[in-house]
Amino acid sequence: MTSEASRQARAGDSPGARAMVNGEASRTTRELFLGEGAGGGTQNLTVNIGPAHPAMHGIIRILAELDGEIIVKSDVEIGYLHRAFEKDCEVGPWNNAMPYTDRLNYVSPLINNFGYCSAVEKLLGIDITERCKYIRVIMSEISRICDHLTCVGASAMELGAFTVFLYMIKAREFLWELVEDVTGARLTISYGRVGGVKADLPAGFDDKVKKAFVEVRQVLEEVHVLITGNRIFMDRMVGVGALSAEETVAWAITGPLLRAAGVPFDVRKAQPYWAYDRVQFEIPLGKNGDNFDRYLVRMAEMEQSMRIVEQALGALPGGSIQVDWEGKAIDPAAYVDRGKQGKTEGLLFVPIALSPNLQGQGRDAQKRVNAPDKRVVLPPKENTYGSIEGLMNHFMLVMEGFGIRPPMGEAYFAVEGANGELGFYVVSDGSDRPYRVRCRPPCLPPVAAMSRMIEGQMVADIIPTFGSVNMIGGELDR
Amino acid sequence: MDGQAILARLETRLGARLLGTHDHRGDHTAIVAREGIIEALTFSRDESDLRFNVLMDLTAVDYLKLPGREDGPRFDVVYHLYSIPHNHRIRLKVPVEQDDPVVPTATSLWPIANWLEREVWDMFGIRFAGHPDLRRLLMYEEFEGHPLRKDYPIERRQPLIGPKV
Repeated sequence: MTSEASRQARAGDSPGARAMVNGEASRTTRELFLGEGAGGGTQNLTVNIGPAHPAMHGIIRILAELDGEIIVKSDVEIGYLHRAFEKDCEVGPWNNAMPYTDRLNYVSPLINNFGYCSAVEKLLGIDITERCKYIRVIMSEISRICDHLTCVGASAMELGAFTVFLYMIKAREFLWELVEDVTGARLTISYGRVGGVKADLPAGFDDKVKKAFVEVRQVLEEVHVLITGNRIFMDRMVGVGALSAEETVAWAITGPLLRAAGVPFDVRKAQPYWAYDRVQFEIPLGKNGDNFDRYLVRMAEMEQSMRIVEQALGALPGGSIQVDWEGKAIDPAAYVDRGKQGKTEGLLFVPIALSPNLQGQGRDAQKRVNAPDKRVVLPPKENTYGSIEGLMNHFMLVMEGFGIRPPMGEAYFAVEGANGELGFYVVSDGSDRPYRVRCRPPCLPPVAAMSRMIEGQMVADIIPTFGSVNMIGGELDR
Repeated sequence: MDGQAILARLETRLGARLLGTHDHRGDHTAIVAREGIIEALTFSRDESDLRFNVLMDLTAVDYLKLPGREDGPRFDVVYHLYSIPHNHRIRLKVPVEQDDPVVPTATSLWPIANWLEREVWDMFGIRFAGHPDLRRLLMYEEFEGHPLRKDYPIERRQPLIGPKV
């Protein structure tokens, strides 16, 4: 190519310049591609990101208007995972909503379970046992760590730090084993019950927690070494996706995102529920409200959560010793058989050997973790099979049209979910079904504010910002 | 600030536009007429001893089938406010008639009201007057009806939609 031709070709790179095509110099590059009359200058390009895009770990669509690589305007579209949670809750009895709440925030389902239970308990006006309060605290905090591990791990992976993701998922695995031990499931746990929890903690739980936390702490240390201060990670995170404290509040954003902007609001501290007023912990705060501060806040919160769990396990009323199933225990099948044949004499006082986390509860465990309220809590299996009162009580709670019947009224109960304030607003018409269940999803406000966060930033900045928002489709779209 | 004191402040400000109050299970609630809701929200947000700076939640309830409310207004739009500086909560409710399901928008007070109001429009068919962009939020554009209304049967099927040929 002659120097003259190459100069002309370079000039053709700018869209407004006249290009040299077949000796005809009258067309601009835009006209060359878009036809006669397309004119010179630039024009914004609209790009669809999602709903199924490998870098969006959730089904969400961002319609971005780009000027070069800068996002001028964007529209976020949600609803792809809508499953009619609120409508479905109105169909069955109060306890039937429990499995649906598992699927709200499926990374920390225990917090949803307990939040819903507490809202219904508030509506009923009952109090739960001390041991149950501590169990809820312990399991909620373990879930919170799982959630933060997933969020930090996934967003680090999207920035290229795949090792961090693997390490964090490894740590989460140790915690999910604990969850499995207690609830019998890893994800769809349905462990909460109105008035209590499904079962007591299994034997030797403290030691397992201690062992798991050693692993988690080690992973956190490794991750700090790997990415906190890492040049590539910092470049992508510092100053990106930032919101000021005032704006964060105006957008009703709570949780780690709000605390990263320096506002010390945490439902656990501000309006303590369960046993949170009896454990010591701090609220980690950020300064700039950008993605990096959000990352640091989450990392610090995991340490605080482990602190809470350790204290709560130490203070667990009734001690850490579980039900002694030895001695007088008999086989549950034999127990049921005898009950069916009416040979119930003396049966009422025999404890049965049900596995505490899979099959229900014996009387001792039942008393420790459930509120002593016959209107709400299923009787222990000894009573159901061993006495007519227990049997009637059981039927009254499971028969259609009976069951839990909160008096007419409404209540709102908020817990600190992993992403912020998770509120349940329940309305009762006095029947055995919820009249209305509303979930205040903690990740909806930050997703609503996404457009604002990514405005004026580069396309590549969507990825860390979206990661730090920790959008959970199940909860966002309900 | 004590919940009763907050309700008293609202009462002096709103007068007859405050239709009623209750504190069932400790949740202090003010029922406000539609004409007074924006003033009530602005007042709650800006008054120095109230400072409800977070619109925690905005939703609605369809009372079509609630025993004892057959003749009353069909919907309630429910606002849950929280104050970070004072650490207190309040719930405001606006009764809305079935024939005229419109409430003034709160988007000028809190940007988050934009999405929350879109969701209420989507789910209940309550319009928010002055809303800049009242589209459906969770459902798709072609969806017929408003699913959280009590007269929307849960098993109802929707017509299949696809790309226009």
